[in-house]
Amino acid sequence: MSGLIQARGVDVSFGRVRALTAVDLRIARGERVAIIGGNGSGKSTLLRLLHGLVQPSRGSVLRDGHARQAMLFQRPYLLRASAINNVAIGLWLRGGVSWAEARGRALLSLGRVGLGAHSQRNARALSGGQQQRLALARAWSLAPDVLFLDEPTSNLDPHGKREVEALMEEFAQGGMTLVFASHNLGQVKRLASRVVYLEEGRVLADLSVQSFFDREVLGRTSHDAALFVKGELA
Amino acid sequence: MRLHMESFAATVDRAWGLLVGLDAHLVQIVARSLVVSGSACTIACTLGLAMGAWLGIARFRGRGAVLTVLNTSLALPSVVVGLVVYLLLSRSGPLGFMGWLFSLKAMVVAQTILVLPVAAALTRQVVEDVESNSGEQLRSLGAGVAMRALLIAWDERYALLTVVIACFGRAIAEVGAVMVVGGNMEGFTRVMTTAIALETEKGDLPLALALGAVLLAVVLFLNALIAVVRRWRLSTIDQPMLQEIAA
Repeated sequence: MSGLIQARGVDVSFGRVRALTAVDLRIARGERVAIIGGNGSGKSTLLRLLHGLVQPSRGSVLRDGHARQAMLFQRPYLLRASAINNVAIGLWLRGGVSWAEARGRALLSLGRVGLGAHSQRNARALSGGQQQRLALARAWSLAPDVLFLDEPTSNLDPHGKREVEALMEEFAQGGMTLVFASHNLGQVKRLASRVVYLEEGRVLADLSVQSFFDREVLGRTSHDAALFVKGELA
Repeated sequence: MRLHMESFAATVDRAWGLLVGLDAHLVQIVARSLVVSGSACTIACTLGLAMGAWLGIARFRGRGAVLTVLNTSLALPSVVVGLVVYLLLSRSGPLGFMGWLFSLKAMVVAQTILVLPVAAALTRQVVEDVESNSGEQLRSLGAGVAMRALLIAWDERYALLTVVIACFGRAIAEVGAVMVVGGNMEGFTRVMTTAIALETEKGDLPLALALGAVLLAVVLFLNALIAVVRRWRLSTIDQPMLQEIAA
């Protein structure tokens, strides 16, 4: 295969509900891919499929076996433990490090997202923005080649959004591949290099960010996607 | 009527005397109850919490049937459990060679069987709720079934502490099973509930009333403990969520 991850003709069904249909997608190293679409369009399912949390009902997903992955969720699940232990547990679960070493690296990761001073605080006592940054630290500590993010800023206030976006930008500049779902077209413009538009589980547009926001190009590619962008921008 | 009132007042007075005087007979029965129910609760919760946590995470063929059996066994009548254990431990039963019938061990076994489904079913529900909302995040970090069960059970420790307390309450308040397998022998297998039943029948109401008061106090203490644990749990978690609700 070429690239980090490649989905070939993938369908995903949950019982009788088909969440994704005939998805072909290739993610290359260093890309910043935004997955957009309306509610229920299949964005989260596609992220989970690429990350390996959901299995295809048909088709296949190929992954670079050497590439490490991590995922950030809309509402991060943090254990009733200190911030440092929440990061350390992720490292410890991946194996190969002692608990003491995991805590040492966790402290570095917390410093990376500006939470070094909060390392001993109960994770659930942190603000929403801090919790999301803590989850980013947990993901970053795993040194992933590709980071999936499922609407990472949708529950945050503007300040929290800016903080998380700044970290995503830094991670991307450091060479990390980002694949994120978002409803926020401004965020997509700021962070993405490529946009994948989904509707009812089908990929209707897969364009560079410049082409996607060029009305003429998008109109030629997908009338529905063009309408979606117009509606979002209105 | 007046005679009855005097009799009632005298019964309460004598019961009070037994309580404040720490009557040796009463203390012995209470201690035996606590040991039997405490042992049964420890065994049942150790097994039940592990079983429930695993059932909350694992997906396998026949899981639905297992859960149906588990939930049905929540409503096991204690006398039926007593009867089954009696048959198993009686001299002609398959476990008769152990010689446990009419012993504290038999009572512990019976209460363990009675409480085990409660511990397993409630734990399963707690763990499964978290797993269905957030389990994929632990999977994403690389946690397998056993590790997720362990992590979620640990994370929900306050909820599970409530389960343990409820299990102890169920064990210490039951009468049917321990009556059947213990035989209610004085100084040997008599516990609070069986003693209350017997003393009431014999007409020794002061002892029955004193034991009833202790039993009620134990149950009241357990309920208060559950309330404290819940409050503690709320005060230590989800503070941003509480702030959002308050706002």
